[in-house]
Amino acid sequence: MKDMDSRIPRTMPIQSATFTNEINAEIRRAAATGIYDIRGGGAKRRVPHFDDLLFLGASVSRYPLEGYRERCDTSVTLGTRFAKNPIKLDIPITIAGMSFGALSGPAKEALGRGASAAGTSTTTGDGGMTPEERGHSTKLVYQYLPSRYGMNPNDLRKADAIEIVVGQGAKPGGGGMLLGQKISDRVADMRTLPKGIDQRSACRHPDWTGPDDLEIKILELREITNWQVPIYVKVGATRPYYDTALAVKAGADVVVMDGMQGGTAATQDVFIEHVGLPTLSCIRPAVQALQDLGVHREVQLVISGGIRTGADVAKALALGADAVAIGTAALIALGDNDPKWESEYQKLGTTTGAYDDWHEGQDPAGITTQDPDLAARVDPVDAGRRLRNYLKVMTLEAQTIARACGHNHLHNLEPEDLCALTMEAAAMAKVPLAGTDWYPGKAGF
Amino acid sequence: MQTFDVAENGLRELNQTLQAQSVDTNQTNWEVKNPKGSHAIAVGLDAPIEVTVKGSTGYYCAGMNQQATVRVEGSVGPGVAENMMSGTVVVEGDASQYAGATGHGGLLVIKGNASSRCGISMKGIDIVVQGNIGHMCAFMAQAGNLVVCGDAGDALGDSLYEARLFVRGSVKSLGADCVEKEMRPEHIEILKDLLDRAEIDAKPEDFKRYGSARNLYNFDVDNSAAY
Repeated sequence: MKDMDSRIPRTMPIQSATFTNEINAEIRRAAATGIYDIRGGGAKRRVPHFDDLLFLGASVSRYPLEGYRERCDTSVTLGTRFAKNPIKLDIPITIAGMSFGALSGPAKEALGRGASAAGTSTTTGDGGMTPEERGHSTKLVYQYLPSRYGMNPNDLRKADAIEIVVGQGAKPGGGGMLLGQKISDRVADMRTLPKGIDQRSACRHPDWTGPDDLEIKILELREITNWQVPIYVKVGATRPYYDTALAVKAGADVVVMDGMQGGTAATQDVFIEHVGLPTLSCIRPAVQALQDLGVHREVQLVISGGIRTGADVAKALALGADAVAIGTAALIALGDNDPKWESEYQKLGTTTGAYDDWHEGQDPAGITTQDPDLAARVDPVDAGRRLRNYLKVMTLEAQTIARACGHNHLHNLEPEDLCALTMEAAAMAKVPLAGTDWYPGKAGF
Repeated sequence: MQTFDVAENGLRELNQTLQAQSVDTNQTNWEVKNPKGSHAIAVGLDAPIEVTVKGSTGYYCAGMNQQATVRVEGSVGPGVAENMMSGTVVVEGDASQYAGATGHGGLLVIKGNASSRCGISMKGIDIVVQGNIGHMCAFMAQAGNLVVCGDAGDALGDSLYEARLFVRGSVKSLGADCVEKEMRPEHIEILKDLLDRAEIDAKPEDFKRYGSARNLYNFDVDNSAAY
């Protein structure tokens, strides 16, 4: 090869903004393996989010409440519409559905311990209810999923609420997949399937389709549980106005709206990144549907997908939600993606903060695995304490903001407390762009 | 014999009354009058009682049944005996879609025909259909037995796991990964027992057995055309 003539100026090497190193690596991986990329977690792409909103705080027209002195309540009751026994929570932050199977036994126990200590609920997932989970969760929401793995009326009646899962934010319209390497004897037994095979979870329910059927399904579940417990309907954020309205029409007590940043145990990366709506964009339409039907606050709205801080909680509530649910953040609180496992992440070809091959069952943190040696790394008591601490911090943060805005309950936060930093966020949240009194779509814009 | 009139006393009271029966109840025989196509009739039962429904029902009749014997003297809507755990459900007429869906145990007998997706995602239930079944029956069926004395529609046993399918008549088409399998003596025994319990007069030797080829149990890109 000839050396270049150093006297002649050269064009700088320019990386394509279209064919980035990440894209090129994925093309090479696909070409080598012939299979799409499967991973856990939620959307990693940048989308308009709660970070694009700010609280205005108190001013001449509004006076604040004294921090640590004047009370700011945080309680919420879910399921007041039809259930004889609504769920009363101390804080408006719940733990989202995650299955035993996707998560290790100690991790599920830790979620129950942490949530219970903080006065909130946790949720089962695909695969059914474990005695450990029921035993350590003061308030347990039982997911009713298309696969019906482990589904039985006895567990249904032990639940404090039932969540009919229509979809989830990471993959609205998609089912689940628990790969064979995570199918231990116990997981296989709970799901009535052979050990070691890939376990597919159906994308839609086997015995109903559409909102008219859903109404009858809800009736059946209420009849079986004697109308005692609330029934939630969980949807992945796609058509939030209509999905909320139809869930209400079908008889839901609570609507759970999960944005695309919400995690999954495993699905195709292309699904996670390219299907569904950002969490920020689905709250106002869902609230609007509830208001149009005259049931805002009577049918509660739970928002999930990318909730990380008390500020996120406060913003979701200010936009009209009654509560939020966290999944990924709760796993991080337990120890997921902790830097102390960096050398092991490196061996798996990844790094702290980026580990998302949860389906492979080799999680160094012992959370998304069924390997007994790895799972033993999770001390349920210690991990539960960390989750409790984290939930307490989030609550304190949300209270701090609410007091600064002059509110004595988190539910008194309102859209008028917010402004947006970007046009996109202003349009999605329907709050004014910072320093203005308008947002895209508002009359006069 | 206890008699309950749905038209007079309503669905809520019916289910509450039947669900309140305990294992040692002496009110073991119940007759349900005027179901008139109501949904969720006799759901969530959990006692060894015998319930006879005098007429046709809507969705989810005998849903999640445990221990009880429910006999419907009529036809049933979608999802009869869905997620049944144990006991017996007998339908004298026809059944709509999703009969026995996700059932974990017990016996479902349909004396007439069953529509599409009968036995979908079944997890241990035994289903015996005296007539024909529609398309996509036993889709993703995990465990248990589906016996069809008549014909089966398209895509029988699509994406089947470990459930056994026995069909006496024709099968319009088999679904992905479902194949005909050898009928061995142990299968004849299973079939004979099911036909006896369903009180259906048929020779086990006249049936063919279908099951999973197990080629789709672990994802392989070379099988992607089957998905």
